[in-house]
Amino acid sequence: MSTMTAPRTGNAAPNEVRKKPFDWALARTYISAVVIVIWCFAPAYWMVVTAFRDVGYTFDPTPFFTHVTLDNFATAFSTNLGNHFARALGNSLFIGVCVTLIALLFGVFAAYALARLNFPGKFLVLGVILGASMFPGVALVTPLFQLFTNIGWIGTYQALIIPNISFVLPLTVYTLTSFFREMPWELEEAARIDGCTQGEAFRKVIMPLAAPAVFTTAILAFISSWNEFLLASQLSSDATQPVTVAIASFAGAQPHQEPYTTVMAAATIVTIPLVIMVLIFQRKIVAGLTAGGVK
Amino acid sequence: MSTEAKALPGQTTSPKPEHHLPKGESADRKAVTQGRWGATLIAPSLIMLAIVIGYPIVRGVIMSFQKDSGLDPASGLFVEGGPAGLANYTHWLLQQCGAGGGTVACAPGTLGAQFWNAMGTTFFFTAVTVLLETLIGFWMALIMARTFRGRGLLRAAVLVPWAIPTAVTAKLWFFIFAFDGIANKLFGTQILWTGSEWPAKWAVIISDVWKTTPFMALLILAGLQLIPEEVYEAAKVDGASTWQRFTQITLPLVKPALMVAVLFRVLDALRMFDLPYILTGGANNTTTLSILVVDQVRQGFNSAAALSTITFLVIFIVAFIFVRFLGANAVQTSSGTSGKAKAK
Repeated sequence: MSTMTAPRTGNAAPNEVRKKPFDWALARTYISAVVIVIWCFAPAYWMVVTAFRDVGYTFDPTPFFTHVTLDNFATAFSTNLGNHFARALGNSLFIGVCVTLIALLFGVFAAYALARLNFPGKFLVLGVILGASMFPGVALVTPLFQLFTNIGWIGTYQALIIPNISFVLPLTVYTLTSFFREMPWELEEAARIDGCTQGEAFRKVIMPLAAPAVFTTAILAFISSWNEFLLASQLSSDATQPVTVAIASFAGAQPHQEPYTTVMAAATIVTIPLVIMVLIFQRKIVAGLTAGGVK
Repeated sequence: MSTEAKALPGQTTSPKPEHHLPKGESADRKAVTQGRWGATLIAPSLIMLAIVIGYPIVRGVIMSFQKDSGLDPASGLFVEGGPAGLANYTHWLLQQCGAGGGTVACAPGTLGAQFWNAMGTTFFFTAVTVLLETLIGFWMALIMARTFRGRGLLRAAVLVPWAIPTAVTAKLWFFIFAFDGIANKLFGTQILWTGSEWPAKWAVIISDVWKTTPFMALLILAGLQLIPEEVYEAAKVDGASTWQRFTQITLPLVKPALMVAVLFRVLDALRMFDLPYILTGGANNTTTLSILVVDQVRQGFNSAAALSTITFLVIFIVAFIFVRFLGANAVQTSSGTSGKAKAK
């Protein structure tokens, strides 16, 4: 809070002979900004505080780090209570990477065509892809559950990767298309005039330029796969369940008592890498999000 | 390909495929070439989507017209599968139970009896969360659109709730709304948040609004940034008040982007699953259509398939109404907002 208001007060004072009238509009802006920042951070902050807090002080309302311990993290990773958090992390990572790679492999070419070429039915294709991204995952659960049960795929990795493509691929195509529309395509023309084929121009000129867009899209694709819960909760087994499912069903020492601090520790581990990644690539991600307009 | 590329225009070393002609190609041939390229590049993605979405949908629709084998609750006899006609649909829509198209009213408490409740809950959640998210998101977007130091921090902060997985969000708010939790301590209340209908509903709404409003704000902000500054300057010169500028300039000009944002959120809220499923387990009338489908899956595939087809149709109809009657044009608008959002 104080870091946000400090530059302003420091700015207004020096070298001003006549005292400027207090800028009420700016003050209101700052107060609103602080409210929004608290809105966004407070619950997440509470998660981290609880994750580092001794289990005996689970419900202690002190708003800063007290009774700090790493025990909760040890408990979260321990397999004594039947939780396999480390394995679930690995599963989510593996599924996310596979889904992202497959979606990019297919999506890059489709997005290039949609952004760059004129052909009949282009808007229909865009519409279909956008519609696919808004498709309710629950409509896939029943047929896939029956299909995968019949062919013995329940609890396999492919049973988790394939359904995730249904929403990650449309997101990838859509985000990449909007990024590709903004790129300096004159360079491609120049390369073609210099004698490159369209394929070469794509590989040698466009791909390096497109790398940041592809990277941002990869982050968005990975996050949406990492966050998936509905399909994974039905189609995974104990051995293949991703972290979202693992966290939702975390077992504690007592059967009917929620192990809050352990869950918050696990939640912190799942969330912090995402939050750091998102904060680093903030600008690009905002561009990608608003471009695709999809979650 | 690469050897052909080295041939200069005018050389006659090798016959060139049409799409390699950089110059002098007629408009007709260019269109044909682009069409061919376009089809080749898009086909893999469309085939992939046909496999992962199209095939399950068709399969689901076919399943929904089949009987579930199992005991008929009305007669107590075992019923084999087979064509069911519309029985699975009447089961949900008219709340008629009994395998094989029985006409017995569903017993209270069974999944069949919960359909209209789940429908009502889903639409209630959608209406309330999207309304709150639009209003608060609009306010956030207006703040983020202003120029001040620390704006970067603000725009980074709003990504935090979005980045947290919904399953984690649900667990986090489950802890906040625990009886001894911080929510009750902060407000000096003693509410069993997940223990009765309205607190449970508000718990779901509050956590959804927390998580999704920042995302909404970003979408609206992208729309606000498309409005040229000169329009506001001109209005100021003409003596328009702040309120007039908001209602006469901001609202109408941001409307296309706003409608798309609302459309996205409505469709997303209609399929809400993770939050209520983890936060309340669907208890106390917080069962959404998606939760009902998942509850049904293990009790009978075909009946669940009918329910998920109904859910899909409901979402499709709502999307159609939005696009057709409220003028939310997702394809055009979002392609327009991207450039501006990136430039900032």
